[in-house]
Amino acid sequence: MNLLEAVEEGFKKNVTSFNVGDTVRVLVKVIEGDKERIQPFEGIVIAMRGSGTRETFMVRKVSFGIGVERIFPLCSPTIDKIEVLKRGSVRRAKLYYLRGKKGKAAKIKEKEREFASE
Amino acid sequence: MIGILGKKLGMTQIFTEDGRLYPVTVVEAGPCCVIQVKTLDNDGYKAVKLGFSEVRKEKRLNRPLSGMFKKAGVRPYRILKEFPMIGLKVGELVTVGRFAKGDRVSVTGISKGKGFQGVMKRFHYAGGPGSHGSMFNRAPGSIGASSFPSRVWKNKGLPGHMGSERVTVKNLEIVGVKPDQNLLLIRGALPGAKGTYLEIKKED
Repeated sequence: MNLLEAVEEGFKKNVTSFNVGDTVRVLVKVIEGDKERIQPFEGIVIAMRGSGTRETFMVRKVSFGIGVERIFPLCSPTIDKIEVLKRGSVRRAKLYYLRGKKGKAAKIKEKEREFASE
Repeated sequence: MIGILGKKLGMTQIFTEDGRLYPVTVVEAGPCCVIQVKTLDNDGYKAVKLGFSEVRKEKRLNRPLSGMFKKAGVRPYRILKEFPMIGLKVGELVTVGRFAKGDRVSVTGISKGKGFQGVMKRFHYAGGPGSHGSMFNRAPGSIGASSFPSRVWKNKGLPGHMGSERVTVKNLEIVGVKPDQNLLLIRGALPGAKGTYLEIKKED
């Protein structure tokens, strides 16, 4: 490992591993004035990109009939915690096709069994 | 003043505690060995000569250089630079431990070579319209009017070689120091490509 990667490794956070297709709840720290509170954002991970400290993931949810997508930096200290609610079984790295789908068509099959490594 | 020599490793991004993302350049700096101390009596000015990056094959050195290292009683180094520092002895090591998070430094290095460039890239001239039949695209235009000055001013920016020159970037913030790996994390971009040797200076 070169020194540059070693530096990035030191700034990485320990987060539960998840993948595209999983349903996650991201607990985001929100600063209002001088108070800090935690705001959850729950949805399906539809894309992940980058590596090291630059890694980001995109979460999509449908809120009151309107699709909402948010991109989170994985190593950001504003993310308090990432909870994995469901493991999805998908065959694509980017689930942008979900944007055009509604209701049952936008459902993702759950993974049948958990692998020992997870 | 505190000075150190280093090598640019590359850039990355790190988060601060309050969630802001900083672009940082990682520099492998030091340990630099003091090879010579210049004094007022002997040389007319005060400075120390620092060496960085050890030479592996001593037979590659020429006679004057190897004599200098032998006199100082230190291993030979590839990069030598003088810094106006005081209170150091020959053989002492200057490490990144002299720098702290939050310090402001200026960094000097040789910038990336750009080759022969036109005035738009080299001096930010506006150029002409790109289309509508314009045949005046990237040219400099008039460089000296006819009645006054009726000649070209000195230092007029014209096409030529760009880059590969000594550049100093001032007032950069140190966002991290790793003494066990001899690393400095400096906010922002530094001159040169990866592997460029840099002088890092902190005024006190």
